[in-house]
Amino acid sequence: SGVMSLLRPLLLDVVPTIQQTAALALGRLANYNDDLAEAVVKGDILPQLVCSLSEQNRFYKKAAAFVLRAVGKHSPQLAQAIVQCGALEMLVICLEDFDPGVKEAACWAIGYIARHNSELSQAVVDAGAVPLLVLCIQEPEIALKRIAASTLSDISKHSPELAQTVVDAGAIAHLAQMILNPDAKLKRQVLSALSQIAKHSVDLAELVVEAEIFPVVLTCLKDSDEYVKKNGATLIREIAKHTPELSQLIVNAGGVAAVIDCIGSCRGTVRLPGIMVLGYVAAHSENLSMAVIVSKGIPPLCACLIEEHEDHIKAAAAWALGQVGRHTPEHARAVAVANVLPTLLAMYMDTRSSEDLQMKATLKNILQKCTYLPALEPLLHDAPPNIVKHIVGQFSKVLPHDSKARRLFVTTGGLKKVQEIKAESGSLLQEYINTINNCYPEEIVR
Amino acid sequence: MAALARLQARLSGLREEYFRRNRSIDEDRKIEYKAAVKIQSWFRGCRVRAYLRYLTKMVIFIQKWWRGYRSRRYFRKMVETAYFIMKMNFYNEMAVRIQKRWRGYYVRKYIHNYYALKKYLEAISVNNEIVRNELQEYAEMKENEEKRKDLDKKEKEKKYQARKMHYLLSTEQIAGIYNSPFRKSPDPMELLLRKSKPLSHRWQQMESPVACELYDWPTCRRPPTFSTAQPLPPIGRQKPQGPFRDTAEVLRQRYKPLEPTLRVAASINSSLEKAREEMKREGWRNCIHDNEFLPFSSYHKNEKYDPSIHSSGKYGQETYGIKHFREVQPKKWVADKDFQTVLPSIVLFEKFGKTYSRTGQIV
Repeated sequence: SGVMSLLRPLLLDVVPTIQQTAALALGRLANYNDDLAEAVVKGDILPQLVCSLSEQNRFYKKAAAFVLRAVGKHSPQLAQAIVQCGALEMLVICLEDFDPGVKEAACWAIGYIARHNSELSQAVVDAGAVPLLVLCIQEPEIALKRIAASTLSDISKHSPELAQTVVDAGAIAHLAQMILNPDAKLKRQVLSALSQIAKHSVDLAELVVEAEIFPVVLTCLKDSDEYVKKNGATLIREIAKHTPELSQLIVNAGGVAAVIDCIGSCRGTVRLPGIMVLGYVAAHSENLSMAVIVSKGIPPLCACLIEEHEDHIKAAAAWALGQVGRHTPEHARAVAVANVLPTLLAMYMDTRSSEDLQMKATLKNILQKCTYLPALEPLLHDAPPNIVKHIVGQFSKVLPHDSKARRLFVTTGGLKKVQEIKAESGSLLQEYINTINNCYPEEIVR
Repeated sequence: MAALARLQARLSGLREEYFRRNRSIDEDRKIEYKAAVKIQSWFRGCRVRAYLRYLTKMVIFIQKWWRGYRSRRYFRKMVETAYFIMKMNFYNEMAVRIQKRWRGYYVRKYIHNYYALKKYLEAISVNNEIVRNELQEYAEMKENEEKRKDLDKKEKEKKYQARKMHYLLSTEQIAGIYNSPFRKSPDPMELLLRKSKPLSHRWQQMESPVACELYDWPTCRRPPTFSTAQPLPPIGRQKPQGPFRDTAEVLRQRYKPLEPTLRVAASINSSLEKAREEMKREGWRNCIHDNEFLPFSSYHKNEKYDPSIHSSGKYGQETYGIKHFREVQPKKWVADKDFQTVLPSIVLFEKFGKTYSRTGQIV
């Protein structure tokens, strides 16, 4: 309806209260719906807003920033339209204002603009917003800190250069100090900002670590707020995934124990980053995966695998288990003892397309190193041919040397099962079967 | 004459005899010649054969020696090579042993140190336990704080309610709601009511929101104050008699703050104390002697002169350095007069020994 054309002249009214109310109304309209926001843009209201921002008082500025935020949050094109009107400079001027409410509204608008893609973030950075945002973070008001932290997080998430710009403005030190703040929402934003910075490259992650966040971050993992735990685990994940040294640092600080407790206490998607932390730490080297095993990491991972309903969480748990178990027979044994192989196999056989790859790779990795025969035997009976190949291969490696295992193998009916497997002669499977048969005298084989 | 007759008798037979002898000689000549040839040839042959045999023996001798020499040399080479190979094998063996030990040691110590790994994993589990305990304590602490906050809030609420409903307190005549006669003891609310002060109408609640506490945390509302006041002179002390400086001035000078040099200020190692020490040391160093300078008094009149250490020898003051500087031995002089210079002299060296007067020199 023609509300836009009605509201527009009101913006230019003499009485300031009317202007503010008109702006507020526009903002609420734009906030509600995508099309209305587009209508606001098409109605050429933005240039007027932008021009009048500089002279007006703080209530008007707040309302105008609210309109910009409401328009900018829906899609990148709208945000692009806002940037093209030159609104960014005005918002940056608002950031220098004394009133914290104005700063908060301006920060919020900038944050929503920067969220969409990296060009818009680059435009925000070019307008010189980052140092002002860092100043905003140091302000005493909690709400302002929250918004500024979330804006920095949105800016730095797109590319390493943007993250570097944020770091060069000295943001890390202030963000690191704010982890200790008792406010839960602030902690969420701060942790997410730090994790967006750390995820791009090793140097950025090292910078974040040098700000002495460990072991303070571990207290965040015990917070009562779910999202604080999730963001804390995300931060640790982004740091752990780069190099073995960083993972070593995390392990030495006792981070693995904290993450394991965190996984044990949460449910649902909140667990996902914690699981991935364990996976990344274990993937780097066998000492680290032994450290994960020693910190009792495997039972929670198995529990995740069994309890969770979401596919991607199960896949992540399977991947993490694969990383833990793939290094040496000791590791594979630790995984196998936890009785998780039948679960993995059952999930593999369950026809689900995207998971298969993970499960197969996991199973293959673990089985190739597993010499713990009591765990392998039940798998022999149920497994499909491509898994059976590996299992039989493992048996053929261990049985020639161990007489007790041979006896056990026969008594549990494993030998019979092996005979029943049909394999083309000359294939690897046949060779394995031959090796196993050679361990026993002829009568038993028949 | 008889001999002649005899000889003439024999003369007739002489020719025949002569002929006969020649004939027999001629007849035997060939045979004898052949025999002589045979003998000679055989003898020559023997001689040659003996010579050849001799030669062969000599040749054999030479060849024998030569071959022996050659093969001994070859043998020596073979022996040397064999020895060399044996030595190399031995060295290789020993090197293998050393390398075996070293590699085992190196791998076990640096690459895969089993015990260090074990200790590390144990340390990790211990550390994990500690971290877990601490986190547990932290979580408990937070919970307690939350509970305490809740309780406090409720208490405040209750107290406020009590203050508002002060009129419900029981009087002497009428028992209030909370003080029913059928109860053994009054309700806790009754007790609260008794304790609380009635709320006045005009009293406005200026309760600041709980969030204010959080505001205070990261901000320092009051900037830190540095004491920049000058140290004041002590009061009440009598002004000492004499041309002394103002006490405040003196104290200011005495407690003047250190102005360290750029080197000290910018250096990592030295701190304030060290810089002060440095200054003190310098002052001590540059003192010429330890006696205080005392003002015009007769303190110094009876003091003995302390000669300097440089010029005092075992038996009193040494003359070298004071009376003479360079040794001069006139007994060793070749001529009485100085040497005549052939080349142009160097002006500076001409002045040696002539710049000072000759009084005081040893003769």
